[in-house]
Amino acid sequence: MSSKKPRAEEDEQVRPQEAAPRPRPTVAVFKFASCDGCQLSLLDAEDELLAVAGAVDIVYFPEATSIMRKGPYDIGLVEGSITTHHDAERIQQVRRQSKVLVTIGACATSGGIQALRNWKDVAEFVRAVYAKPDFISTLKMSTPVAEHVPVDFELRGCPINKAQLIELIAAMLAGRKPNIPTYAVCIECKRRANVCVEVAQGIACLGPVTQAGCGALCPSFNRGCYGCFGPMESPNTPALTGRLRLLGQDDDAIVRAFRGYSAWAWQFRQAGEECERS
Amino acid sequence: MRSKTNGARSIRVDMLARVEGEGGIRIKLKGEQVQDVQLHIFEPPRLFEGFLRGRHYQEVPDIVARICGICPVAYQMSAVHALEGILGITVDPAVRLLRRLFYCAEYIESHALHVYMLHAPDFLGYPDAIAMARDHRQTVEQALRLKKAGNQLMAALGGREVHPISVAVGGFYKTPSRAELRAFVDELQWARDASIATVKTVAGFDFPDFEQDYECVALRHPNEYPLNEGRVVSSGGLDLDAAEYDEHFVEQHVKHSNALHSRLRERGSYLVGPVARFNLNFDRLPETARQAARDVGLAPPCRNPFRSIVVRAVELVFACEEALAIITEYEPPPAPMVRAAVCAGSGCAATEAPRGLLYHSYEIDERGLVLSARIVPPTAQNQKRIEDDLWHYVPQLAGLPADQITARCEQAVRNYDPCISCATHFVTVEVG
Repeated sequence: MSSKKPRAEEDEQVRPQEAAPRPRPTVAVFKFASCDGCQLSLLDAEDELLAVAGAVDIVYFPEATSIMRKGPYDIGLVEGSITTHHDAERIQQVRRQSKVLVTIGACATSGGIQALRNWKDVAEFVRAVYAKPDFISTLKMSTPVAEHVPVDFELRGCPINKAQLIELIAAMLAGRKPNIPTYAVCIECKRRANVCVEVAQGIACLGPVTQAGCGALCPSFNRGCYGCFGPMESPNTPALTGRLRLLGQDDDAIVRAFRGYSAWAWQFRQAGEECERS
Repeated sequence: MRSKTNGARSIRVDMLARVEGEGGIRIKLKGEQVQDVQLHIFEPPRLFEGFLRGRHYQEVPDIVARICGICPVAYQMSAVHALEGILGITVDPAVRLLRRLFYCAEYIESHALHVYMLHAPDFLGYPDAIAMARDHRQTVEQALRLKKAGNQLMAALGGREVHPISVAVGGFYKTPSRAELRAFVDELQWARDASIATVKTVAGFDFPDFEQDYECVALRHPNEYPLNEGRVVSSGGLDLDAAEYDEHFVEQHVKHSNALHSRLRERGSYLVGPVARFNLNFDRLPETARQAARDVGLAPPCRNPFRSIVVRAVELVFACEEALAIITEYEPPPAPMVRAAVCAGSGCAATEAPRGLLYHSYEIDERGLVLSARIVPPTAQNQKRIEDDLWHYVPQLAGLPADQITARCEQAVRNYDPCISCATHFVTVEVG
């Protein structure tokens, strides 16, 4: 085709990324049961926000804008867990509308703190706590998005690390895999040259089984990790349980430690339930 | 959206934008008469007071932070004060100052977000701050820098901006050195000046001619602008200890909301938040903040809810000024945390979240485990008042096209900076 040659010449003069103005990918931010903290992380990226807004087209993000354009969207960011019948239907729509669906944060990725209801009789609980329980529509369980629809990428954390969110967006724009490590918080402690709070002070710490991403914040503040980023890849939870017992933690305390912000992630769920049974 | 049959109209906003959490508005009009106003809250309940039962008291500050990503410090503060009351803990004066500093940082972050990114677009006619940046790039960049000043101070004190990890019952897990805090002085001085400029900028917006006679409720402290401590006072003459809260305030469960409505037992709806604090505590503001208000003709009592944006800007001046004063005075405490023997008991506390009075009460057993918890967030308290504002405001708008009525009503809701995520996590737990 005759048009090919001039295009090739152009390409030599103009660097590929500056060439043909590609349409900016559209981004939508959806909220389910959550605290708003993970989507706020995007607005908290003060240094990058205007650049991000220049690189992508934010077309649905009710917390930040009155623009509410209909889908489909190139990237759907989902915050929050599924806790109502309505939301269980809505997540199906969100999946249909999003070419790429990314869950942001512990609620969307593992059910969040509200998944603690999963071990309780919620119907009885609602009757006990609301004057008019008929007004309340809630599911018995708080479940992660991936239990309802396929998820393309999960960003961990309670809250997410905003640098990881920017990395994720940058990676998507470049069409590469995001560089999000899946090793343990312990690695981050070593990098920061923290003295291990568990070894040196006998403080209970979930760092050995928790995915990195926070920068080992809690040990840096002289306390044990409490698992905001959920289980690392292949965590050895039985070994940690044994270690926590040696430190004098009773089984109730160990169960509570695993039942926190990523309680419903199967590795932590299993670790807590094993401890309860023993 | 509008539908018309026999002169009856309904205004619907299915999803309120630029608020935290999920809510909508339904208004029914007949001619110029308002027949019904409902602020719908469909944010799913997360049942926090339920999970708190059986948790150790030292886990509570971390758990309640998760009620709100925008004001986690407020939840942590009301919780630690209530729990320290039960355990008989008195914190070191330096810890007390640091907590106040932490609160200032949250005010800067939260108010800068609301003033510039959530509320200003209404007055300037933009859908959001990003669109606003195309015409007002410098203003938005300054807003982001101001917000960042608050967030960086939050991160220095708490490790990160959202759900900080340093707050403990008894103090902090780690306290900053003097030098670490001194490093913020230059930026906070810039932030204070930027806040003074913000007061001038937002006071120049067009405000609807709309005034209400509010019963304002806020904390009042003998010599400070209230954040962590004080008695609960009101413009209607209340003057109570937090422990007497339940005798005067009551919550109702209404069908259209997953958050309970708070009312004064005697008098119905009331107002909490920046305007209430300002009206009741103007004399406790630092002189720079008072002067910034006077310069734009703002004096208590402020009765126009649309001017809350100016009051928030005045509180930004206060928060920067107060943070600077604390940093100048600060010497690290001898120990970051006071430890106490566990004992059973119950206690409560109220602090001033950026959005208003935040009441917590807890009961713990002899092992330190929570038996019951109750949390009354500011937006639950303002919910009824937001509806009342709309009842009175909508008749003024009746002649306008529907899309303008809708936009104005949304703006009126945003006057309250409502945090719907917070409000919904309020449930009353009856034990036994």
